[in-house]
Amino acid sequence: MTGADDMVIRIRGLENRFGPHRVHEGLDLDMRRGEVLGVVGGSGTGKSVLLRSIVGLRRPNAGRIAVFGEEMTGIDEDRRAALAARWGVMFQDGALFSSLTLRENVEVPLRGVAGLDPDTRHALAELKIAMVGLPLDAAETYPAELSGGMRKRAGLARALALDPEIVFLDEPTAGLDPIGAAAFDRLMRDLVQALGLSVFLVTHDLDTLYALCDRVAVLAERRVLATGTLDDMLAVEHPWVRDYFHGPRGRAARRSGPAAPQGR
Amino acid sequence: MSIKIGTTAGQPKIEISGSLGLPELEQARRRFAQTPFAPHATLDLSALQRLDSAGAWLLLTEQARLRQEGTDLIIASVPPHALPLVEVVRANLARAEPATRPPLTVAALLDRLGRKVAGGAAFLRDLLGYLGIFTARLLGALRRPRGFHLTSLVHHCEEVGLRAVPIVALMAFLIGVVLAFQGATQLRPFGAEIFVVELIAISILRELGILLTAIIVAGRTASAFTAAIGSMKMREEIDAMLTLRIDPANALILPRILALVITLPILGLVADLSGLLGGALMSWAELGISPAMFRTRLIEGVEPIHVVVGLVKAPVFALIIGIVGCRAGMQVGNSAESLGRMTSSAVVTAIFAVIVIDALFSILFAQVGL
Repeated sequence: MTGADDMVIRIRGLENRFGPHRVHEGLDLDMRRGEVLGVVGGSGTGKSVLLRSIVGLRRPNAGRIAVFGEEMTGIDEDRRAALAARWGVMFQDGALFSSLTLRENVEVPLRGVAGLDPDTRHALAELKIAMVGLPLDAAETYPAELSGGMRKRAGLARALALDPEIVFLDEPTAGLDPIGAAAFDRLMRDLVQALGLSVFLVTHDLDTLYALCDRVAVLAERRVLATGTLDDMLAVEHPWVRDYFHGPRGRAARRSGPAAPQGR
Repeated sequence: MSIKIGTTAGQPKIEISGSLGLPELEQARRRFAQTPFAPHATLDLSALQRLDSAGAWLLLTEQARLRQEGTDLIIASVPPHALPLVEVVRANLARAEPATRPPLTVAALLDRLGRKVAGGAAFLRDLLGYLGIFTARLLGALRRPRGFHLTSLVHHCEEVGLRAVPIVALMAFLIGVVLAFQGATQLRPFGAEIFVVELIAISILRELGILLTAIIVAGRTASAFTAAIGSMKMREEIDAMLTLRIDPANALILPRILALVITLPILGLVADLSGLLGGALMSWAELGISPAMFRTRLIEGVEPIHVVVGLVKAPVFALIIGIVGCRAGMQVGNSAESLGRMTSSAVVTAIFAVIVIDALFSILFAQVGL
């Protein structure tokens, strides 16, 4: 461990290109241990591309990404696999394996743990399913039989299977009704506290930002335009940031949001 | 992780220090199983540096297990950083009871068998239903030709007919070659090489030409129909059509099946000609039967009725392939997985149906003496 132990993610000069189209250029971003970092930006600003670059699903064209103080570019496969066990990713629609039941889905990461007997694995998977607030009779159903909200929760249970230190959430509340989205925000807040998670949260949802995030990073103009708390964001003089946080939805979320963390 | 066992005030005291989590789980469990617990014991966690949910799960399940055995295990001095985790796991453990699966009995097996049979009957009824829909729309189109999608029909004729010509012709050509070669080796010992012409002509014209064409088309087109209609179903395009008062049967099913009914006999004819060509070339090369001789034997020895017997089956094959493909497409649910499943099931069902119907035709023709 280096001195930058408190920075779980450190990105410097990241560049991502799709043909002639530059998505990121000279992007810098830090994420501290134990914080919930919300990443926002308009459509096409490369929020998901950033997430995919960090977890190694996409090789960046240039720049350096360090996770837990370890350089991710040019790392060998074994080291990468060991690091990957310390984070979990929840994809937009859960990305559950459709041929496996929900419990088997959550068991997939646990199968990699040496010497774990099957009964323990079942029990731990069921514990995780209960922890994300799914009814236990859902454990034996297949993803196609579940609603979108339940699939997202199941995806979260699979991401949490190994008790990761960082959780990456890609649009966790997209496609949920407001009640379901609020319930998901509450669930995340409780889990972040109980499990001591660091969360990298890509979202459009202002309510989620106000309910969950310690810090926000705004992606615009191919880089991280501003980082800071939500209050800091209100002072940023950039047209997109102004429209986003001062628009009618932003104002509404601000009114209802900050009270929520205390009102548990 | 290290587990130390001592005593305080005459009671066993277990001290766990370091990290207790998923990697240490089985080791810790073994230690617990070996430890002799008195009626009371204390678990001291004050030196615990890291606890994950698997570790908390172990502590709580061990506590519950020991309670059943009459031992009271007190979990003491949980470090503050682990406290919320222990509480969350404790709260969810109460709900996490093992699900019991109903045992497999004879009644359950019979039930399953019954459902399969009923499902099979429902499937046949469903196919009949689609045949009915096709017929009704066809008659409707004859009565009111303006509502018919002619462009669509032409497009599908090209798609299922014209584009299949190369593969069908190549396949039939090779079958002709194989038949000639096999026929030659079998007939030569009897000095009956010349009958290879009848062998090739009758088997290709009556059976192989159209049967193999239908099988190729079933694989190629039934899957294409299912995939096209199924992906429209998946994206709710069919529902959109219904709300816009467009009849999906008229717009999607009728032109597809009609295109197959029109083009499959033509493809069958292409296969017949190509098969004869392959057979003739091979007979020439292998047996020295000149093309002129082949032609003479063909005209004199093979009755034209064989061509009719072969091609008359084509429209029936076309109907069943089209209906199976379209029905499977309409059965697709809203997941990509069901699209894949229905596509492969359409191909298997279509090929199977083609072979069954061919067998039925053989019996029919034998009965009427053709």
